[in-house]
Amino acid sequence: MNAPAVTVRGAERYRSGVMEYKRMGYWEPDYTPKDTDVIAMFRITPQDGVDPTEAAAAVAGESSTATWTVVWTDRLTAAEKYRAKCYRVDPVPNASGQYFAYIAYDLDLFEPGSIANLTASIIGNVFGFKPLKALRLEDMRLPVAYVKTFQGPATGIVVERERLDKFGRPLLGATVKPKLGLSGRNYGRVVYEALKGGLDFTKDDENINSQPFMHWRERFLYCMEAVNKAQAATGEMKGTYLNVTAATMEDMYERAEFARELGSCIVMIDLVIGYTAIQSMSKWARRNDMILHLHRAGHSTYTRQKSHGVSFRVIAKWMRLAGVDHIHAGTVVGKLEGDPNTTRGYYDICREDFNPMNLEHGVFFDQNWASLNKLMPVASGGIHAGQMHQLLDLLGEDVVLQFGGGTIGHPMGIQAGATANRVALEAMILARNEGRDYVHEGPEILAKAAQTCTPLKQALDIWKNVAFNYESTDAPDFVPSLSVSA
Amino acid sequence: MEIHKMRITQGCFSFLPDLTDDQIRAQVQYCLDKGWAVSFEFTDDPHPRNIYWEMWGLPMFDLRDAAGVMKELAECRRVYGDRYIRLCGFDASHDWESVRISFLVNRPKEEPGFRLDRSESVGRNLRYTTHAYVADRPEGQRYG
Repeated sequence: MNAPAVTVRGAERYRSGVMEYKRMGYWEPDYTPKDTDVIAMFRITPQDGVDPTEAAAAVAGESSTATWTVVWTDRLTAAEKYRAKCYRVDPVPNASGQYFAYIAYDLDLFEPGSIANLTASIIGNVFGFKPLKALRLEDMRLPVAYVKTFQGPATGIVVERERLDKFGRPLLGATVKPKLGLSGRNYGRVVYEALKGGLDFTKDDENINSQPFMHWRERFLYCMEAVNKAQAATGEMKGTYLNVTAATMEDMYERAEFARELGSCIVMIDLVIGYTAIQSMSKWARRNDMILHLHRAGHSTYTRQKSHGVSFRVIAKWMRLAGVDHIHAGTVVGKLEGDPNTTRGYYDICREDFNPMNLEHGVFFDQNWASLNKLMPVASGGIHAGQMHQLLDLLGEDVVLQFGGGTIGHPMGIQAGATANRVALEAMILARNEGRDYVHEGPEILAKAAQTCTPLKQALDIWKNVAFNYESTDAPDFVPSLSVSA
Repeated sequence: MEIHKMRITQGCFSFLPDLTDDQIRAQVQYCLDKGWAVSFEFTDDPHPRNIYWEMWGLPMFDLRDAAGVMKELAECRRVYGDRYIRLCGFDASHDWESVRISFLVNRPKEEPGFRLDRSESVGRNLRYTTHAYVADRPEGQRYG
C-alpha cells in the first residue's frame, strides 16, 4: 500500500498555488515516529476517485499546519518539524474503500496539559474536509512526555478504595429512578433504601441538574441525610454521586462547594460540559479531596458508528488525562452498545499502567501511562444480579457495577434489591477466590446463595430470562487467526 | 416481619453468613497464591472512618503457609475474641501498594451499632456525627 515519498523540497515547494498534500511533506513513509511524538490513527473513507495516500496526507495537513494553498510564511518557521507526517496507510480488513492512516505529530504542536488544545488540532476542521466521505479517530499514542503534563484522575482507584475502606470486590451502585420527576424528599428515600440495603453508591442521572420538580439544593440536602443515615445503620462508608452539571462554571463550583460542605465524598459531572470544564472540575476535586464521577452523556453521537467520529477508546484516554475518577465504559451484557473485546480494550485503558498493542481489543498502540492514576470504569444499564458471574468475568474487580432497575425494580422493595445484588456479588467473589470455575458454575453459586437470602431468590426468579442480545455496531476489525498445527 | 438486627457490613463478605475456618483458609490461600502479605487487625471502635485498627503483629510477609496464618488467627481470637478482627491481604506491587482484600473474621457477640447525631446548623443544613454506642466506654471494656 505504502507509496514512495513524493515530497517537493527547496524553492519549488513554496511556489504560489495549490499543491497536493502528499507533495507538501505530509506523506513521509520513511519517517520513524519519535518517542515524544503524538500519534493518531484515523480510519479514512476517501471520496470516490481520491487517492488514499493523498487523502491521508490531507488529514495530516489539515490537522496540523496546512491550508488549501501554499503560503510563503511557512518559511518563517521550522515548517518541517511542525508538519504532521502520515507515515503509514493500510487498507481496513474486510471494509472496501476504508483505510487506516497513521499520523505523527511533533510534541511542540500541543499546549501542555490541555485536552481542548489537543482536540482542536486532532478533531478540529479536518472532520468536515470535503475530499473525505467519512473520518474516524480510532486510537492515539500519547507520549510519556505529554502524559506527564496532565494531572490525571483526581483520586484514582487505589486511593478511592483506601478512602472508602472497600477492597477485594467491585463496588455496587444504582441510579435513582425514575430519572425525572421525584421531589427532593422522595429522591432521598430511594438513596437511603438502596444504601442501607447494601449498595456502596447511588447516583444522580445525567439529566438531573436543577429542574422545577427538584432544585439542586433540595436534592443535595435530602441525599446527604440519606447517606449519613445509611452509614450509621450499616457502619460502612456510603456515597451518592451528586451531579453538579450546570450552565456555567460558576454554578458548578457553587454546587460542588455545597456538596463538600455537606460532607459528600463524591460529585458527578456529565461529558457534555466539555473538556475544559472537566479539567477544571478535576483540579477542583483534587483540591477538595473529592472523587469525581463522569457520566459519558452524549458520547454515542460520535463514538458509535464505525466509519465516522471518535472511538470511545480515545475518549477514555482523554478522560484519563483530563482527570476524572469514574467513567461509564460499558457492560457488554446490558442494554447499551458494547462488543466484549472492544469493551475490554476500554477497561484496560482505564485501569492499566501500560497497555500493549492489542488489535483484537481495538488497541492500536503501546501506551505507557507513566504512573498516572487509574480510573474506575463503571458498568451501568440493563444489568441484574443473575449476571454476576458474567460481569465479574468480563469486567474484573476494579469496577462499579450499577444496578438501577435491577435494584429499584425488585418486587420486595429497594432494600431487598440492593441486598440481592450485594449477596450475589460477595458469593461470587468468595467462589472465585476459592478457585471455583465460577463462570460456568455461576448459576449454581447464585442459587446456593439464594437459599439463605430470599431477596436474591426473588431477583433471580424475576429477571432470569432478561438478556440484550443485539449485534454490536463497533467491533474490532482484527480477529484472532486460528492456526492448526499438525 | 423480621426485626432488623444490627450487623456491621464492613469488609468484602459481610453480607454472607459468617465464614467458617475452612472458608477463611481458602481465602488466605488465595492471598498467598497472589503473593500478598496477610495480616490481622482488631478493634473495639468500629466507626467507619476508624482506619488504623490495632495490628496483630506485622504483616506476615514471609509466611507462605495458610495453616500458619490460621494459627495466628486462632491466637488473635483467643486474646481479642470479644472484638472485631479483620484479615487484610496487602499487595506491595508497583502501582497498587495497598490492601487488595479485607474482610471480617471475628465479630463481638452483640453489635449495638451507631447513633446518628444531627446538630442543626445554618439554614436547613445539618452536621452529622456517627456515634458508636460502645464508644462511651474505655477501650478494652466495650464489648462483653
